[in-house]
Amino acid sequence: MTSQTLPASPNVNASLRPLPWRRMGWVTWRQHRLALSGVVTVFGAAAVYLLITGLPMHNAYANVTACRPARSGPCQQVAENFVATYQHLVLVSAGLIQAIPVLIGAFVGAPLLAREFEAGTFRYAWTQGFGRTRWTIAKLALLAIAITIAAAGFGALFSWYVQPIIGAGGGNSGPLSPTVFDLRGVALPAWTLAAFAIGALAGILIRRVTPAMFATLAVWVALAVLTGTYLRPHYEAPLVTHTADSPAGALVINQGLLRDGKPATLDMINQTLRAVDLQALTPTLFHPTGPSTLPSSEDPVQYLIQHGYTQITTYQPASRLWPFQWIEGSWLLALSLLLLATTVWRVRRRAT
Amino acid sequence: MNIIEARDLGKRYGGSWALHGCTLAIPAGHVAALVGPNGAGKTTLLNIAVGLAAPSAGNVSVLGGRPAGSPAALDGIAFVAQDTPLYKSLSVADMLHLTRNLNRRFDDGYANARLNELGIPRERKAGDLSGGQQTQVALTLALARHPKLLVLDEPMAMLDPLARHDFMAAVMTAVADDGVSVVLSSHVLAELERVADYLVLLSSGSVQVAGEVDVLLASHRVLSGPASEADRCAAQLNVVHVRRGEAQAHLLVRINGATDTLPPGFEAHPVSLEELTLAYLRVPGAAALPGPTRTANALAPEVTH
Repeated sequence: MTSQTLPASPNVNASLRPLPWRRMGWVTWRQHRLALSGVVTVFGAAAVYLLITGLPMHNAYANVTACRPARSGPCQQVAENFVATYQHLVLVSAGLIQAIPVLIGAFVGAPLLAREFEAGTFRYAWTQGFGRTRWTIAKLALLAIAITIAAAGFGALFSWYVQPIIGAGGGNSGPLSPTVFDLRGVALPAWTLAAFAIGALAGILIRRVTPAMFATLAVWVALAVLTGTYLRPHYEAPLVTHTADSPAGALVINQGLLRDGKPATLDMINQTLRAVDLQALTPTLFHPTGPSTLPSSEDPVQYLIQHGYTQITTYQPASRLWPFQWIEGSWLLALSLLLLATTVWRVRRRAT
Repeated sequence: MNIIEARDLGKRYGGSWALHGCTLAIPAGHVAALVGPNGAGKTTLLNIAVGLAAPSAGNVSVLGGRPAGSPAALDGIAFVAQDTPLYKSLSVADMLHLTRNLNRRFDDGYANARLNELGIPRERKAGDLSGGQQTQVALTLALARHPKLLVLDEPMAMLDPLARHDFMAAVMTAVADDGVSVVLSSHVLAELERVADYLVLLSSGSVQVAGEVDVLLASHRVLSGPASEADRCAAQLNVVHVRRGEAQAHLLVRINGATDTLPPGFEAHPVSLEELTLAYLRVPGAAALPGPTRTANALAPEVTH
């Protein structure tokens, strides 16, 4: 009925040297090679698709660049025809590729820890000599680096792919437009890394694979939409022009009318337009309320300008592509590192 | 050296305490059985000891003073969790390689010899093995690390009687060969009787009984005598539990050395571990802890002497 406490044995193991990090290389590869080959397959298939559809487009674009003199009417026509032919293709490709980062987040990031909880294997993995904090850091770092490199390579390919349509001044697909901005340069790897980090954190918070995948999807899409709509247009103070057209390739943020230096309200505009039986639905969209008395040669905006209004267009010029890419890449990288650090902290803090 | 030492340990999940005021010292070199009703806190205590859960109160050390969950503690403890989780999509060979990579020591020779003995093919996926084989693989992985402490949480739940026998035989061989200390929780009392030489009985989150099995058995007797005399007899003695029949009553009493005199008309019998455990399980208020007789709600802070 007695239990002895012998004098504490000298702590020979107290300064135990940690196991080398490289041990996690095989472990991570063996356990996640399916997910990693999935990433390579998806990016590879998308790359083949971009090459197959992009090479004819580049051949056609050679005719546009070869046309001399470049600013002549016939050459403008060639460029317009090129844009009309390929704009749709680029938009569809961009739309499909938009899904890749979030799929990587949902299929590689979310299951990373959620599956350990769902299967109970965290009780095996986290009681081995390697230690759960270092186990988590090693897995997160190796996978994050792998998918970021894959995404960076693919982003470079996509930059090549969209270059003709942007070079030809393709309608609304300027380099800053939300459909292509985040698929190239540093934005694509940054968004992919962010999706992975969101997935990993969702995995440890929710601890079930499928709900964590859906949470990743929802959070990433919300972040991407909010960024494209509210954040990106304000990385730098927008430029202002009083002409009807913004410079080629610019991202238009707002178009409106001013009167006496103040933004014109719809009521003010409608008061002016009542004389010609027109109604403004927005400052740029008009609707006849009766047989319009406005001469058909004149457009309502011109009519308003004649009556003391000025046009105002705020926009981001195409030349800000790279500053904006670095701004977006930087804050996404910071956010991803914060999310990954939070994930490690959660693992360290509690397991059950 | 105490293999697990807990002082006033508490673990709260939400608003309820899974463990509360749990003070315990299991000396090294034992096969310690952790028993108790469902929800008594067995798994919680083991999870804290192996570093998976952090205590909400008190502290716990393992392997003679190493903080639970520290690298030095993880290095010396092998844990086989409930339902013996393995990566189902990995082959047995991959599980071996995985465990080798994640630990300082891994005895390939031992692991392979044991798998051959068990007839478990190394190329088979862990998920395709039977429940019993999975448990055996998990035990093999744990023992191949040559731990100082082997912690087993309900390891025999998935095993048939023969597999249970083989499982415990492997554990006992490791005890004999390696001198590994073992702490195992189980519902299978009859199984424990053969292997355990230390008993820890948990009840609603605290330790009710703790001690070496030999000492516990030597300090308890079943007294059988006329039922009419049972109450008078119980008043004089340290009675744990009374089982009444038509004419006879059986009292499990804790004896304090030779000073106790047998009441007239009663006969004393030795008690089995299973009987003793069941009696204490039926009376959660009774306690048998190291040192002078104590009651559950008057735990002295000192547990070691």
